[in-house]
Amino acid sequence: MITSAKLRAFPWHIVVFLAPAVIVYTLFMTYPLLDSLRLSFFAISPDNREYFVGLHNYFLLFTDSNYAPRFVGALKNNFVFFLVHMLVQNPIGLILAALLADGGWGRKFYRTVLFMPTVLSYVIIGFIWNLILSPLWGVTESILKVVGLGALFRPWLGLESTALVTISLISVWQFVGIPMVLFYAALIGIPEELVEAARVDGATGWQIFWRVKFPLILPTVGIVGILTFVGNFNAFDLIYTIKGALAGPNFATDIMGTLFYRTFFGQQLQLGNPTMGATIAAMMFVIILSGVLIYMFLWQRRIQTIEM
Amino acid sequence: MRIITLFTTGKNIGLFYRLRLGVARLIPHIILAGYSVLAVFPVIMILMNSFKMRKAIFGAPFAFPNTDTFSLIGYETVLSRSNFMQNFANSIIVTGVSLLFILFFGSMAAFALSEYNFRGNTLMALYLSIGIMIPIRLGTVSLLRLMVKLGLVNTLAGLILVYIAQGLPLTIFILSQFMRQVPTELKDAARIDGASEYRIYTMVLPLVRPALGAIGIFTMIPIWNDLWFPLVIAPSAKTATITLGVQQFLGQYVSDWNAVLSSLSLAMVPILVLYVLFSQQMIRSITAGAIK
Repeated sequence: MITSAKLRAFPWHIVVFLAPAVIVYTLFMTYPLLDSLRLSFFAISPDNREYFVGLHNYFLLFTDSNYAPRFVGALKNNFVFFLVHMLVQNPIGLILAALLADGGWGRKFYRTVLFMPTVLSYVIIGFIWNLILSPLWGVTESILKVVGLGALFRPWLGLESTALVTISLISVWQFVGIPMVLFYAALIGIPEELVEAARVDGATGWQIFWRVKFPLILPTVGIVGILTFVGNFNAFDLIYTIKGALAGPNFATDIMGTLFYRTFFGQQLQLGNPTMGATIAAMMFVIILSGVLIYMFLWQRRIQTIEM
Repeated sequence: MRIITLFTTGKNIGLFYRLRLGVARLIPHIILAGYSVLAVFPVIMILMNSFKMRKAIFGAPFAFPNTDTFSLIGYETVLSRSNFMQNFANSIIVTGVSLLFILFFGSMAAFALSEYNFRGNTLMALYLSIGIMIPIRLGTVSLLRLMVKLGLVNTLAGLILVYIAQGLPLTIFILSQFMRQVPTELKDAARIDGASEYRIYTMVLPLVRPALGAIGIFTMIPIWNDLWFPLVIAPSAKTATITLGVQQFLGQYVSDWNAVLSSLSLAMVPILVLYVLFSQQMIRSITAGAIK
């Protein structure tokens, strides 16, 4: 029996359990995030003092000839990067998952191989593809020649018109394993009776997939979508590795991550500007937060009502 | 339906049908095998060519190394000219220590959230899960200033603290779900026997071991592979991790193809070996976690 004295005693053990995680998390995650948002309303004087400037940094970001074109360009490129992942990575992931979930010979092997690129770092992936696509080495060109498409070869990573899509596809190549595994998990979780019932009713494999299985994995579709959206803003590493901080050619591959890095640390001619860096980070924060909120309140709620 | 067609039509059509069925079964294999080749081909090209002489790398990139073309010159360059061993040790320390603290602090917090019905529980859980969706990188400007103030720039400790903060949200979120499934009777029986709350925590921990393993693998990979924080917080030669070290080495030796291919291979192999060893467990744990 718990005595009343014990009930009233302050539950110190709860504090002890929570304290280490809360302290580290607050100090190195939430404090920097909030302080960074605060900094976006400040500027730094030449004698290294912070002073309040209100929304001036945001005003600069949207209108100044140094910042606005880069900001708009990075936003656009981020959108393209996101779109390529939604239209290529996630459908391929779904197809592969559907094939794996059907069961049969060799599925374990395929699963392992297909997920493999995902565990390698952006840096390695970036360099590998840089070499594979390099006209100097000529590996891609000789493969295209074998299938009679040699004339199509271009230095895709170097051309302004194709660099961004090429880098997006490299990232798709690396991360297709994530939607694949998530869809796969959802698909093998579907009760066999449902599929069986549809089959008895005379549904074809195609109909079973789209009318029975796909509606059931809609929650996973939402999760994959929001993960793709957030991951989009972490894509700094790949572009920095392949193209450097200047995200060439002529900023064709510049995304919010590289713009943030350049603005914060500076580049060849421009000095680093921490408060403008914080402003760009704050914009990324707002964009990510809106995405997450839309997902939570529109998508998830709709899914829940459908389920009910 | 299909069986009925098979019975009613003649023998020849049955054969034709079986043939078609065979082809239909083959199509998934063709797609999966084709995509598998696409997934491993670039990696194999790098590994294979890293053991060849420069002439053979360009002359016959698709050939396996043979006695005429075999060379370890690239590996010699990497091991003598770069801080490979130091970088590798740094990565192991940073990843290992971060992981240990993430699992320790994370499991304690998850235990508190799942076990006790205190006021503000939901709010605390919500607060701790913000970091699942908001990337910690967005606070980099202030984080770097904080590190400067604390004297943690260019130290492994600085990196470790950031990675702990980064890994905690998802760990707490997943672990508290698993801990809720531990039967109450078990804990109450221990309480009646006079066990302290700390003792009960140590009792629950082994019961969620599979979840700990899965979370361990998933927090480990992004830490090992991260370029951003080593670049921003600990870029010095002494503290560079393997990812940053390789990145810088490759930047300097772009034209030395032997060295580039070898250093890529060296950086890949440890992760690939780990992956091959643990891949079944890893994928099984994602699928198990996602079903919940």
